[in-house]
Amino acid sequence: MSKKKIMLGNQAIARGAYEAGVKVSSAYPGTPSTEISEFLAKYDEVYTEWAPNEKVALEVAIGASFSGVRSLACMKHVGLNVASDPLYTFAYTGVNGGSVIVVADDPGLASSQNEQDTRMIARSAHIPLLEPSDSEEARVFIKFAYELSEKYDTPVILRTTTKLSHSQSVVNIEEREEVTDKVYERNIKKYVMMPGSAIGRHVAVEERENVLQRDASEFPVNKVEIKDRKLGFITSGIPYQYVKEACPDASVLKLGIINPLPRKLIKDFVKEVECVYVIEELEPVIEEQIKSWGIEVKGKELFTKQGEYSANLLKKAIYGKDDAIFSADKVPARPPILCSGCPHRSVFSVLNKLKIHAAGDIGCYTLGAVAPLSVIDTTVCMGASISVLHGMEKAKGKDFIKDWVAVIGDSTFLHTGVNSLINMVYNKASGTVIILDNRTTGMTGHQDHAATGKTLKGEETYAVNLETLCRAIGVPNVCTVNAFDVDTLEKTIKDCVNGSVLSVIIAKAPCALLKGQKFPYKCVSDAEKCKKCGMCLKIGCPAITRNVDGTVTINDTMCNGCGLCMSKCKFGAISKVER
Amino acid sequence: MKSANIMVVGVGGQGTLLTSRIIGNTALNAGYDVKLSEVHGMAQRGGSVVTFIRFGENVAEPVVEAGDADILISFEILEAMRYAHYLKKDGIIIVNDCKIDPMTVVIGAESYPENIIKKLGEKHRIHTIDGLSAAKDLGNSKVLNSVVLGAAAKFIGFGKSEWEDVIKVTVPTKTTDINLKAFEKGYGE
Repeated sequence: MSKKKIMLGNQAIARGAYEAGVKVSSAYPGTPSTEISEFLAKYDEVYTEWAPNEKVALEVAIGASFSGVRSLACMKHVGLNVASDPLYTFAYTGVNGGSVIVVADDPGLASSQNEQDTRMIARSAHIPLLEPSDSEEARVFIKFAYELSEKYDTPVILRTTTKLSHSQSVVNIEEREEVTDKVYERNIKKYVMMPGSAIGRHVAVEERENVLQRDASEFPVNKVEIKDRKLGFITSGIPYQYVKEACPDASVLKLGIINPLPRKLIKDFVKEVECVYVIEELEPVIEEQIKSWGIEVKGKELFTKQGEYSANLLKKAIYGKDDAIFSADKVPARPPILCSGCPHRSVFSVLNKLKIHAAGDIGCYTLGAVAPLSVIDTTVCMGASISVLHGMEKAKGKDFIKDWVAVIGDSTFLHTGVNSLINMVYNKASGTVIILDNRTTGMTGHQDHAATGKTLKGEETYAVNLETLCRAIGVPNVCTVNAFDVDTLEKTIKDCVNGSVLSVIIAKAPCALLKGQKFPYKCVSDAEKCKKCGMCLKIGCPAITRNVDGTVTINDTMCNGCGLCMSKCKFGAISKVER
Repeated sequence: MKSANIMVVGVGGQGTLLTSRIIGNTALNAGYDVKLSEVHGMAQRGGSVVTFIRFGENVAEPVVEAGDADILISFEILEAMRYAHYLKKDGIIIVNDCKIDPMTVVIGAESYPENIIKKLGEKHRIHTIDGLSAAKDLGNSKVLNSVVLGAAAKFIGFGKSEWEDVIKVTVPTKTTDINLKAFEKGYGE
């Protein structure tokens, strides 16, 4: 059966993994990788789960591989940092059942805290890395990755980027291959990485990489297109498409395997073409290796290490002109904002009123850093809010953090925040941590987690109780407050930051976009009573706009009736009415 | 059209994604190679969003470059202005006559430009529709996307029934009828 369908890159990766006979998949959501697991969960033949973090996810995939089935772990680039501990040693143990790690990089920072390049990590971990350039290749390459994994006894990384993961193109779907499970056999020289065995495995890793580099030139994932012998490109992934668009008549060596590089293939190509450019988004991973072999190519001296490329960017660098006809008009920026009815806004409006700084974390609530809420002072990585606050207290004392809190989402808290909280308990901290518990993983598009009571497959399960968890690890003061009850919230925050013990406030209310939410009320403003003070505008709700005369209008389709604006109006000009 | 570069722009949450997927699948059913590029994650939260749809015999990159867009479909007028420079010389703007203040305007840091439609009309071909009123007439403000799509469909091409076939399998089943009516309303205008 071969059927044409238009598929998102991530959907095609899921399809390819399914067709390759994958049996176990574990992941933590992270843009732009999230949809892979969501699509894969639709196949009954594959066990799929959300893990609390990427380290756990990869270890689950490792266990499944050791036991003898094909396994998958998916994550975004920064998630691989969390998973790097098992990653580097998985390179040593190798696999039993084939194992692939899909890592989604985010050049251009559509939804991330940095622009790191996974290809660098693959090199340092000595793990083969493949990179497709459209949805069909994503499906085909991941199947090839499983073949490589089993043939060379190694985990394989499939690198995708935002533009590949979140673009759709035509895919020819095929049937699932039923792969026979491998037998598990005890083998401590391979699976127990104590020094005595790891020394031997390190030798095996080097040998494997040498063999792979030799064989890579023959892999079907690479493609040579000899056309114009004056102008040529070595490229891979989505940038290949930009090359085809900008210079359709040029010669191209399109690399499917990036680590190790197919040296012979590259050397042969460079001999055929006069002037060769290396086009790769982010770091000069391919370029620097080629240059180290004494071969002259052009690359980052012309092309940026930042952001996404485009055909116009290439044309400008190579020909000095692009296709643009009109110049862009200067228009007001429209950055992302917290949604109307978002419970984070309520908590931030209280913190703003109390002039409290927040050590922030990764999630929609990072948006609390910008005007008009302007509450969050720091954001580093998943879980860092709690440890950053702790570091501040240990550096400058209790007085320094009396107007500080840490804010972290429920999913992020379970990801890596809980370790930081254990550290606070253990090391006698006295700070205040607010868990913004909106009952979901919000920013990535509403994925369940260990405290929601639902699995990735949609089955009912035990829900971790955050309050009980915090008490169990020894937090002396734990309280749960309705995130929209601003009066109680204000009193609780004041009590906690002025208290002498470590406190956790769980500010609870579901995300406004969560499925099944009902909004029976909406807020309306009364122009007669409005004193044009603008207090309601200070909460940064997208449903409220100022009219020319200074009064406000509340958009009735956008308003979710949370009533936060009403609580800010001292003149009773805003009221809640039934829809 | 034998090939086309189309952009759908708007404010996160306005439904640009679904509209783009309908355009993409209609082109696929007509036998074209199709590529779409979408925005997910943080940018979706009320920010400026852009989706690209390209179809033709062979499509390389999934994005439309500045200077190459045939059609710019915008659900909001400021967003039309933000992306108008992507158009070809004879490209056309299909714009829903709706104004949503960005937070930078709400807090007074920037001001919303005036006479946007008139200004855009001086440089580009422009087709304006009041999608919200049309949708409200039908009794559901949420189907304004289908009204706008209907208006754009006439410029993109394909037969009316080819569009309707895709709408039927793309929108939630409960809303099929009203979305088809909304499409017709835009298409007929």
